[in-house]
Amino acid sequence: MKGLIIRNLHVSIENKEILKGLNLNLETGKIHAIMGPNASGKTTLGCVIMGHPKYKVKKGEIIFKGKNILELPADQRAALGLYLGFQYPLEIKGITFQHFIWRSILALKEKKRNGDIFPKNFIEFKKELRKKADILGFDEKFIEREINVGFSGGEKKRAEILQMLMLKPEFVILDEIDSGLDVDSVKIVAQAIESMRSENFGALLITHYQRILNYVKPDKVYVMVDGRIVKQGTFELVKEVEKFGYKVFEKV
Amino acid sequence: MRNTKNILTLDLKKYDFRDKVDYVYTAPKGLTREIVEEISYLKEEPEWMRKFRLESFDIFLKKSLPEWGPDLSEVDFDSISYYVKPTDRKSASWEDVPDYIKKTFEKLGIPEAERKFLAGVGAQYDSEVVYHNIKKDLEKKGVIFLDTDTALKEYPDLFKEYFGKVVPPTDNKFAALNSAVWSGGSFIYVPPGVHVDFPLQAYFRINAASMGQFERTLIIADEYSFIHYIEGCTAPTYSSYSLHSAVVEIIAKKGARVRYTTIQNWAHNIYNLVTKRAVAYRDAIVEWVDGNIGSKVTMKYPCVIMKEKGARAEIISVSYAGKGQHQDTGAKVIHLAPYTSSRIISKSVSKDGGRASYRGLVRIVKGAKGVKSNVNCDALILDEKSRSDTYPYMEIMEEEVDIGHEASVGRISEEEIFYLTSRGIPESEAYALVVLGFIEPLTKELPMEYAVELNRLIQLEMEGALG
Repeated sequence: MKGLIIRNLHVSIENKEILKGLNLNLETGKIHAIMGPNASGKTTLGCVIMGHPKYKVKKGEIIFKGKNILELPADQRAALGLYLGFQYPLEIKGITFQHFIWRSILALKEKKRNGDIFPKNFIEFKKELRKKADILGFDEKFIEREINVGFSGGEKKRAEILQMLMLKPEFVILDEIDSGLDVDSVKIVAQAIESMRSENFGALLITHYQRILNYVKPDKVYVMVDGRIVKQGTFELVKEVEKFGYKVFEKV
Repeated sequence: MRNTKNILTLDLKKYDFRDKVDYVYTAPKGLTREIVEEISYLKEEPEWMRKFRLESFDIFLKKSLPEWGPDLSEVDFDSISYYVKPTDRKSASWEDVPDYIKKTFEKLGIPEAERKFLAGVGAQYDSEVVYHNIKKDLEKKGVIFLDTDTALKEYPDLFKEYFGKVVPPTDNKFAALNSAVWSGGSFIYVPPGVHVDFPLQAYFRINAASMGQFERTLIIADEYSFIHYIEGCTAPTYSSYSLHSAVVEIIAKKGARVRYTTIQNWAHNIYNLVTKRAVAYRDAIVEWVDGNIGSKVTMKYPCVIMKEKGARAEIISVSYAGKGQHQDTGAKVIHLAPYTSSRIISKSVSKDGGRASYRGLVRIVKGAKGVKSNVNCDALILDEKSRSDTYPYMEIMEEEVDIGHEASVGRISEEEIFYLTSRGIPESEAYALVVLGFIEPLTKELPMEYAVELNRLIQLEMEGALG
């Protein structure tokens, strides 16, 4: 099957188990949403899928494009087409945003991930970056700024989406992408995600609140509590969460 | 942090090559009065210089090695040749430069940078300047850019007036040694009001095993003039220890601005013990931009003495200490007059057991009111084996001053690396990127070609791509 399959995933950090036998079938061509209370393991899930070295996978498998990716380092997962939009993007001094994205593209090209979808040279790259930065409401100077240094919370989130647009991933995990965004920015970000929709693109939105889901309509919704998926359904499930909170699901 | 040891393998093989050279004259090893006399005789120097050398030699013998810094006990003064002259000929244009020397420069990737930038070049190969070309309009403006030996012959009075005045032989053991056996280096005089719009540069390179190199550079920037001088070093690796001990003296007169940029990449068996000092007069600006990547041990603390009101010092120093290296670098600012100001930025990176130290001095004398001084030193330590130390000395005798000092020690976090690698960048490159970002305050001050060269060098070292 195309997409991201997670089977019986057990993950711990510093000997504390966070994911406790999680199963998910995330098809490409669809937008998925995971909702859950704080500390339910949502962020951990995103990090584990992308290959954060801090998390230890005790059991289970993660399969992407028919391949078990658990042994791959993060950069090779990116080369397969995965992308993680961080809840708290890192600030890195002395490297411009533009330089960072260009280096990322060069690295992806080198690993031959659909090389022809990326700009051929730096001039074309810059043109594309300017255009997409503009769509996301960044001015000309933005791409010359150091990676996330001094960005507001909203700028950081929009910058994550800009990277996503430039790196053209096939499956993205966006962790609390709407936190820190004002209403107008939520709409811009939602439009950008919607613009990626295709048969060959899948997304997993990780969120605490339903706000972003009013703008990006998920095809499937999952509720996660204490390291497990406790319920799945359609958009109706979002309304249920909004109405009754997560307490109801904790008893399941 | 994981696997950093394997990723950050240092490899300078690319730069590790030697050319076969038939030396015209190689002084016997070890230093004696006779050798000092011989050097002066071969150079056909005036009597005062012969005396200066001999007096300096006496001072050298009397002075002891500095004991407050890195371990210098392995420096064996008797196993070093003090003078090597590879060719009798001096070349006026690039075409005239001997092929073997061109090849060496080519391997180092130097010519491109030269062609783009240069009209006037002083490239030092071993002890003698072999290639020196002055752009025509510089001559018209009255700028003197010569190797130091020639300058002594052609401008004896100007030379005598300034030589050895900023850094006297009594300053330290290595300044005394240099004063006794100096050879080559650059001499620059910029007349009042003249702005030299492109950087003048010279490459220094040690090529004979166990050979010391003792170049001597003197820059005189007359009133309201501007000059940027660039010095870059690379050297092949040898099994026995070599010594590089230069002296650089700068005089920046009223309203003048002098920028002196160094990228030092000596092989890892070289002791690099250099004295660099500038005197800044009224409203003059002196900038030292100093990058230290190579050598076994480097001791270098570029200094600016601000003698008159309004003078300003900017010192940016970046060190990179890998396996077996000790970079003991820093800056000295001496505020002798009111309303003078200084800024020191120091960045060091240490890895694979390397040791980087910042050693700095801020001195403000009584009566120097309204002085502003700001010191900022940041260290990045890449693994548990490596080390970073900070020795900031403050001698503040005046109360009406504004002093700032900030220091930080950091490591590269797993989170930063995960962020970069999640975009497709391999882990080794991610580390290199963070390091390049860290030293960016230096690279942004360099001409483009140099910045690219430096970034490439550090990246190769970080990635072990040559290994």
